[in-house]
Amino acid sequence: MAERILDVKNLEINFHTYAGDVKAIRDVSFHLNKGETLAIVGESGSGKSVTTKSLMGLLANNAEVMGGSIMYHGKDILKNSEKQMQNIRGKEIAMIFQDPMTSLDPTMKIGQQIAEPLIKHKKIEKKKAWAQALDILKLVGITNAEERIKDYPHQFSGGQRQRIVIAIALVCYPEILIADEPTTALDVTIQAQILQLMKELQSKIETSIIFITHDLGVVAGMADRVAVMYAGQIVEYGTVDEIFYNPQHPYTWGLLNSMPTLTSTTLEAIPGTPPDLLDPPKGDAFAARNPYAMKIDVEQKPPFFKVSDTHYAATWLLHPDAPKVTPPKEIVRRHQLFAKMTAHESV
Amino acid sequence: MEEKFKLSPDSFEALPQAEEPDNEKIAAPSLTFVQDAWRRLKMNKGALISFWIILLLMILSFGSSFFINHKTLVKSAPQYANLPAKIPGVPINGFNGKLKVSGQWVDEYKQNNVPKGKYFVLGTDYLGHSLAQRIVYGTKISLIVALVATFFDLTLGVAYGIISGWKGGRTDNVMQRIIEIISSVPSLVIVVLMLVVLKPGMTSIIAAIAISSWTTMARMIRAETLQLKSQEYVLAARSLGESPVKIAWKHLVPNLSSIIIIQTMYTIPTAIFFEAFLSFIGIGISSPETSLGVLLNDGQKNFQFLPYQMWYPAIVLCVLMIAFNLLGDGLRDAFDPKSRR
Amino acid sequence: MRKYLLKRVFYMILTLFLVATITFFLMKLMPGTPYSNQEKMTPHQIQIMNEQYGLNKPIWMQYLLYLLGMLHGDLGTSFQFSNQPVSYLISSRIGASAQLGIQAMIFGIFFGVIVGSIAAINRNTWIDTTSTVLSIIGKSVPNFVLAVLLQYYIALKLGWFPIADWGGFSYTILPTIALGVGPLAETARFIRTGMVDVLNSDYIELAKSKGLSRFGIVYHHALRNSLIPLVTLIGPYTVALMTGSMVIENIFSIPGIGEQFVKSILTNDYPTIMGVTMLFSAGLVAVILLTDIIYGIIDPRIRLSGNED
Ligand SMILES: Nc1ncnc2c1ncn2[C@@H]1O[C@H](COP(=O)(O)OP(=O)(O)OP(=O)(O)O)[C@@H](O)[C@H]1O
Ligand SMILES: [Mg+2]
Repeated sequence: MAERILDVKNLEINFHTYAGDVKAIRDVSFHLNKGETLAIVGESGSGKSVTTKSLMGLLANNAEVMGGSIMYHGKDILKNSEKQMQNIRGKEIAMIFQDPMTSLDPTMKIGQQIAEPLIKHKKIEKKKAWAQALDILKLVGITNAEERIKDYPHQFSGGQRQRIVIAIALVCYPEILIADEPTTALDVTIQAQILQLMKELQSKIETSIIFITHDLGVVAGMADRVAVMYAGQIVEYGTVDEIFYNPQHPYTWGLLNSMPTLTSTTLEAIPGTPPDLLDPPKGDAFAARNPYAMKIDVEQKPPFFKVSDTHYAATWLLHPDAPKVTPPKEIVRRHQLFAKMTAHESV
Repeated sequence: MEEKFKLSPDSFEALPQAEEPDNEKIAAPSLTFVQDAWRRLKMNKGALISFWIILLLMILSFGSSFFINHKTLVKSAPQYANLPAKIPGVPINGFNGKLKVSGQWVDEYKQNNVPKGKYFVLGTDYLGHSLAQRIVYGTKISLIVALVATFFDLTLGVAYGIISGWKGGRTDNVMQRIIEIISSVPSLVIVVLMLVVLKPGMTSIIAAIAISSWTTMARMIRAETLQLKSQEYVLAARSLGESPVKIAWKHLVPNLSSIIIIQTMYTIPTAIFFEAFLSFIGIGISSPETSLGVLLNDGQKNFQFLPYQMWYPAIVLCVLMIAFNLLGDGLRDAFDPKSRR
Repeated sequence: MRKYLLKRVFYMILTLFLVATITFFLMKLMPGTPYSNQEKMTPHQIQIMNEQYGLNKPIWMQYLLYLLGMLHGDLGTSFQFSNQPVSYLISSRIGASAQLGIQAMIFGIFFGVIVGSIAAINRNTWIDTTSTVLSIIGKSVPNFVLAVLLQYYIALKLGWFPIADWGGFSYTILPTIALGVGPLAETARFIRTGMVDVLNSDYIELAKSKGLSRFGIVYHHALRNSLIPLVTLIGPYTVALMTGSMVIENIFSIPGIGEQFVKSILTNDYPTIMGVTMLFSAGLVAVILLTDIIYGIIDPRIRLSGNED
């Protein structure tokens, strides 16, 4: 079995606001295996960024961890002091942000920005740090790196800037790389290039990646496993094939259904909006938008039902007593594909 | 693990589908922009208190016009000169007619044989005028100066800005150059030149301040107009052939209102400061006329011996300035949520 | 860059020319002779004076002579102050004013930055509230009121500093404070707002994710980014200091330009009024140009160019 380098258990995070406590993360558990890419997908506001920020110890001031643990190398990150977190950040766990246009310091040469983590963590002098910065800058594919290392961020395009942000994140060869929607702000062709780059670097640098996105489309080529988040909870997780071809949760169905495919041209967005996290519903949070909702969905929160060793989903539809429902056409098609795939494997 | 759950036989019945999911209802009634700004302003205690203080000072100073006017203030009463504050029933030194003279509290009212029952709540100045009356009158002058400066901001500044931004091109270029030139001269210098040319006094002070105050407003309005001009609804109105004046009035001014309000709130304290400043150095309004600056100038001469003559107008001036600044900040935060922290 | 500078300098000169012209004709509009303040003079004396000052020449001639004189630093002769050349009056007094102004500017900006950054870092705590309240007060209390209070309570009563006059450094302290509190309060507010913005920005989040310490983040990233825009305030501060100098120099009896200016206004000394007006305008225009250039140098995003408008 693969080595687990990160193990999140029953994480609960609240934000104190004037209107009350926003229960942003509610009993979230997941783990990350060494060398793999875990994708976390979900609509805007589902708590993806909050989850990753808690891994970095960078939660906003009004956040409070209500419970749970984040085990990293046998130690609970949540119990670390700020000093200890500073030694982990950038060195062992690094992060790529969503908007490359705003995530670089406009007044500092990019060479220095890349060198900073080295100077901080490896305690090497500036000259050497710049030399290493240059190497990584070449690695992320900035042409003419020797010259450009002395430039300022505004002299680069969006795609180049994201490469620089990646360089900053990878310069200390971190064990875990968190990429929070790294391509959302870029246009499609650049998106593909950046994703390609991340994949290449992952094998060179041997890092595990947590890949955050609200777009299932980019997940297929990137991730080994997928966790689907809704309203502060994980509702389904499994390998990429299991989530794409054998989805069980109606929310996952909705997400897949709203994804453009080769065969269907119409996009079906999930109707309705996520629940108010100030006062989350007591049953299945998705019930209000779920066309397959049952009485029990509004009464009790569903537990995780096992689909396979690697695949779990939190929906009452998987309860043995639940009636069989017919998923949307597109999902039925996927389920059929999955049946064929598994049939092949078992032969 | 499923055993923990209490399942009833009907647990797995399908829920009736709501027409529209419930949570699509909008939780709070949507507020208009102004209502929203007003709500935010009300949450800002400093700004709210300032608002009431300003309102109070306005009512007090303008309402007093019936009792306190130019004539009552020019008549001097030397027998009452330089009396300290006396408020009947307040036995605190400094407010009971006593003044500290070389370390001793002396009852000045007795010393000067002021008839019983005669008292001045804030004392008198060197000519025997009631300081309280002069301060109220001076506050009125300060407010008038401020209001007139505001008026010029609102008319000249706003119109100039709108025209410059709306016309664009050459007109805009020339108009901006003019503003640039005006603002490369310190406004103080403009004011001084105006005061040298015109006869010092209330009118010239107002004219001088008005002439130098509108440029900032014009600049901000122009910048915003440039942006608004390319907005869809304005483009639509234009292509429908509405007249520029009508567009300006119907579409631009309402959208410019927050900038106008915010900027006005910065003009007012500046104007009040300028009046006080000019009168203080003796080139604005001067005795026996009254303004806060004049009172400060008078009070400063005797500050060593009669500190109250400077302290009282100084406090009123500072309160006025603080109140306008706080209200200005509050309005800025309320109307421009982006600037809120 | 070169083209941009040339263009700016051209507008600068044009502005000063217009100021000179307007001032000149405004002063000429003034009724009465410039000597009306002085003792009664016989018509003969007045005629002699007129000839001496060139006042009998036609207006346009006087105007041209004035402009011509200005080109080599001749600003005419003061009517009121022992017939000294205005340029001499100014040059003998500019030292004190410049020292006071620069000191006040440094005092205000230095402490303003400190107060503002501390407030921003401790946002929404009592430290922040205190500094906000103090900045509002500092901004609202007129400098001349503050000057009178400082002079009376600190200099006269406590005797810590000289009451007035201009001597060593100790003479400059109270006037510097009185003059500098306004810029201090303004700077503190400006830096606080700017730094709160910066601290909320994505690149600070990225800096945090690099593992930099709190101090490292503020020092290497937040401070620089919030300091740069401060340069744009130097122009307005210059105006405030020029204005303030008139009253502060008066209160503390400092032999500077501001004090001279007030005297000239009170005595209708037109050549001096014009001279100081020109000096103030030239100073302001130069400061604005200078700060624009500095801004372009220290902010890598801004590139001064000829076609920029
Ligand atoms: N500082 C905060 N104070 C209050 N609520 C917060 C705060 N930060 C996040 N939240 C709330 O937590 C929830 C999850 O936010 P999060 O940023 O994790 O969403 P996300 O899944 O990353 O969405 P997106 O795709 O838009 O980035 C949201 O409802 C958000 O309103
Ligand atoms: Mg997010």
